[in-house]
Amino acid sequence: MLKYIDEFRNPNLVKSVVVRIHGEFSGKAVKFMEVCGGHTVTIFKYGIQKLLPERVYLISGPGCPVCVTDVAFIDKAIALAHRKNVIITSFGDMIRVPGSRTSLQREKGNGIDLRICYSPMDALTIARDNPGKEVVFLGIGFETTAPTVAAAIKLAADNNVRNFSVLSAHKTMPQAMQALLDSGEIDIHGFICPGHVSAITGIHIYDFIAEKYNIPCVVSGFEPLDMLESILMLIRQINSDNATVENQYARSVREYGNQTAIEIMNEVFEAVDTEWRGIGTIPGSGLGIRTDYANYDAERKFDISIESVRECPGCICGDIMRGVKVPWDCKLFAKVCHPEDPKGSCMVSNEGTCATWYKYAAKENG
Amino acid sequence: MCLAVPMKVTEIDGMEAVAEVGGAKYRINLTMMPDIQPGDYVIVHAGFAIEKLDEASALETLQIWQDIAEFDQNKQSR
Ligand code: SF4
Repeated sequence: MLKYIDEFRNPNLVKSVVVRIHGEFSGKAVKFMEVCGGHTVTIFKYGIQKLLPERVYLISGPGCPVCVTDVAFIDKAIALAHRKNVIITSFGDMIRVPGSRTSLQREKGNGIDLRICYSPMDALTIARDNPGKEVVFLGIGFETTAPTVAAAIKLAADNNVRNFSVLSAHKTMPQAMQALLDSGEIDIHGFICPGHVSAITGIHIYDFIAEKYNIPCVVSGFEPLDMLESILMLIRQINSDNATVENQYARSVREYGNQTAIEIMNEVFEAVDTEWRGIGTIPGSGLGIRTDYANYDAERKFDISIESVRECPGCICGDIMRGVKVPWDCKLFAKVCHPEDPKGSCMVSNEGTCATWYKYAAKENG
Repeated sequence: MCLAVPMKVTEIDGMEAVAEVGGAKYRINLTMMPDIQPGDYVIVHAGFAIEKLDEASALETLQIWQDIAEFDQNKQSR
C-alpha cells in the first residue's frame, strides 16, 4: 500500500467527482491544457478523458523537459562527450533523444563515457571519484529540478570540486504558457498547472494568466482524484465567470512555495532567453548559470562547436507541444517512430505526448 | 520528469536521510527541507526532499470526497 497515493485512486471517490463534473458542466465546449507531462500520463493511464463530458477536451502542453530540449543542446552534449577525459552524466531519458545526426546512447558504442544519474548529486560523486576527468551534468528540467542542480553546483563550489560542470538547458514554465497564449494559435479555457513546479515556486507565478488573460488556473496533483477535482474546479471557475489561481494540490504545494529552494535556485541561476524545441526562443524562459559560478558552467568552461542543426523531417513534436496537433497527425507515429527507435523527443520520455499516446492509445485504436 | 513521490522519512543524518516508499528505501538529500523530522512524509524529486507532505490537508481532501461519495451512495440506495 502506498500511503497518500492509493487513497487518491479510490474508484468510489473518483466516481463522485465525475458525477459532479457532468452535473455542473454547462455544455459549452472547453479546452483545458494540462501543461505538465506527468499529468498527461495520469490522463491516459486512467482514461480520464473518457470520464469527462464530450465537450470537455484535454490538450497536452509543453511541460515535458526532455521534449522541449532543443536539438542543438543534444548536439553540444555529444560534442562534449567526444572530448578526451570527459564523462557525461545525465538523467536517463535524455540519452535517447535524437540529435542532428545521432544520440548519446548510440555514441556509447563509439566509446564515450556516459553515466545515468538519478540525482545531480550522483554526478558530483562521480566527479569526486574521478579527479582526472571532467564530469559534465546535462541540466534539464523546470523549476522542480533546477534547485536540485543548483544545490549540486553550490556544493561543488563549497568543496572546491573543480572537475564538475553543468550544461544548463533549464527552463521556467510561466513564460512558455504566456508564449502559447500570445501566439493565438489555440483557444485555452483553463490551465491544469504543474504540481511539482508549483511546489517550488508557489502558486502565484500563474496570477498574470488569470488576471491578464482571464483564464482559470488550478495547480493539480497527479492522481486521478486530483486531476478530476482540478477539472471540476476549472468548470466551477468558468461557471462563476471568475478566473483565479486555485490550489487543488495543497498537500504538497504551499502558497509561496519552498523559499529555501527558490533561494538556492536564484543564487546559482539567472533568467536568460532560451530555445524551446518547436516553440522557438522565449525571452527570459531559461536558467543560465550566473558569472559567480562560471567555473561550473560547461558552456563557458569548454569551447563547444557544433555543425548545423537539423531535425528529423516529418517530426511534428513542436506542433504537438504547442497543443495545435496530436500524434495521430504525424505520418511517422507508430510506423517509423516508436519508443524503441524514437525520431523525435516526444517519443522518448515516458511523459512525452507521443510516447504516452503510443503506450495507451495506439493499441486501442489500431 | 517532474514526478515526485511521497516517501516516509525513517532516519536523518545531517543533510541526508533515509526515506521509504512501498518497502523500498532511498537516500535523500534534505538541503531544501532542513526542518524535516523522522516520521514526516516528504515529496522527493531527483534525490531531494522538495516539500513536506501536509497530512492534514491530504486527509481533509479525502474526507470531503468520502462524505460526498457516502451521500451519493445513500441517495442511490433510497
Ligand atoms: S511520432 Fe515521432 S516523429 Fe512524429 S511527432 Fe512524435 S516524436 Fe516526432
